[in-house]
Amino acid sequence: MSAFATLLARDVRLAFRAGGNAALSLGFFVAVAILMPLGIGSDPALLARIAGGVIWVSAVLAALLGLDRLFQPDLDDGTLDLLALGPLPLEGITTAKAASHWLTTGLPLTLLSPVLALLLALPAKAIGMLVLSLAIGTPALSAMGSIVAAVTLSVRRGGLLLPLIILPLIVPAVVFGAGAVLAAMDGIASGALWLLAAYSFVTVILSPFAAGAALRFALSE
Amino acid sequence: MPTLQSLEAESLTCIRGGRLVFRDASFRVSAGEAMTVLGPNGSGKTSLLRILGGLLAQASGRVRTVSETGETSEAEDRRPLVGWFAHQDGIKAQLSPRENLRFVAKFFGADATAIEALLATVGLASLADLGCRYLSAGQRKRLALARLQLVSRPLWLLDEPFASLDQNGRSLAAQAIRGHVASGGIAIIATHDPMPFDCRTLSLA
Repeated sequence: MSAFATLLARDVRLAFRAGGNAALSLGFFVAVAILMPLGIGSDPALLARIAGGVIWVSAVLAALLGLDRLFQPDLDDGTLDLLALGPLPLEGITTAKAASHWLTTGLPLTLLSPVLALLLALPAKAIGMLVLSLAIGTPALSAMGSIVAAVTLSVRRGGLLLPLIILPLIVPAVVFGAGAVLAAMDGIASGALWLLAAYSFVTVILSPFAAGAALRFALSE
Repeated sequence: MPTLQSLEAESLTCIRGGRLVFRDASFRVSAGEAMTVLGPNGSGKTSLLRILGGLLAQASGRVRTVSETGETSEAEDRRPLVGWFAHQDGIKAQLSPRENLRFVAKFFGADATAIEALLATVGLASLADLGCRYLSAGQRKRLALARLQLVSRPLWLLDEPFASLDQNGRSLAAQAIRGHVASGGIAIIATHDPMPFDCRTLSLA
């Protein structure tokens, strides 16, 4: 098995172990999506209207939840020093971390979203689009997350800064993702999904270089 | 194990957080030699090891490695030569000693069949499946020692290898270092303890 796959497998395993992030972010996702109608009221027409947006916002918040732990534990316990001496370039390390973040948050959220869509009375014809938009958009959340997590690594108490920095950067995902769901519900053609795909593609392609550079800086601090 | 002819440092200067840590450190260590780095707390022993390992950039000066074929290189590319043993040991508390070593073997492309023997050597065979969160500081050091030998690299950089080890653990560590040096490796050891065998010293004032 290659070094990349080994690191990816280890991080996925750690995320599912006690104290890992996988169950936490999934639970958070479900909790936010369930609390929302309790606060807003049970009018099905209203709920159906906001369901796509609510699920997208919940997904973003759930994905953000464990981001400050993406590199921090490995920096604190010396694992990053060890990994840096290995065969994988730092860009590969950040990519493996982003991929494991997606596999343990973005992917489970996407798979669970149809259930929450039913709870929020999203019309059946829009559920496919919701799942598709999350499948396309959540990798961008993990990729952008890896950049910001690496950048804030060398800042003291960077965990506090992280959500402030990342929120404006992931606004396009929410706008295009929720927009695509709304358009599907109204049965109108929209380019939102394509814009989401373009945003996600660019973010995923560029993230290893940005995150790798930030990690290089954090390691030499 | 790829071998290394020598490691040379030429007037290394280290500045951390705007403070001069040490200056003009020069030395040359050849294959089959160990060198201890002595100095009071804060004199830059760990920083020196990080610079030698390519993990930290020096403010000025040069580090050169000469391979067995006589090629010299100066940049980050000495990282693949480095075996690292430090306070922050990179041992995952959620994984067992065996899982930690398996990960390292696969990640570094080392020989995983050596794991069981190494665990036995460092006295962790009976704890191999226990979570590392339950290991004592000394037991973690023993695990790190097994890892160092598993990922066999020619240049060992050791930061306080004897701290928190018991008598038996210290002799295990000394034995490992001596064995490594005897087989043509280089070991640079930052320590406050007297070394159990003769070797050169570098003093950081």
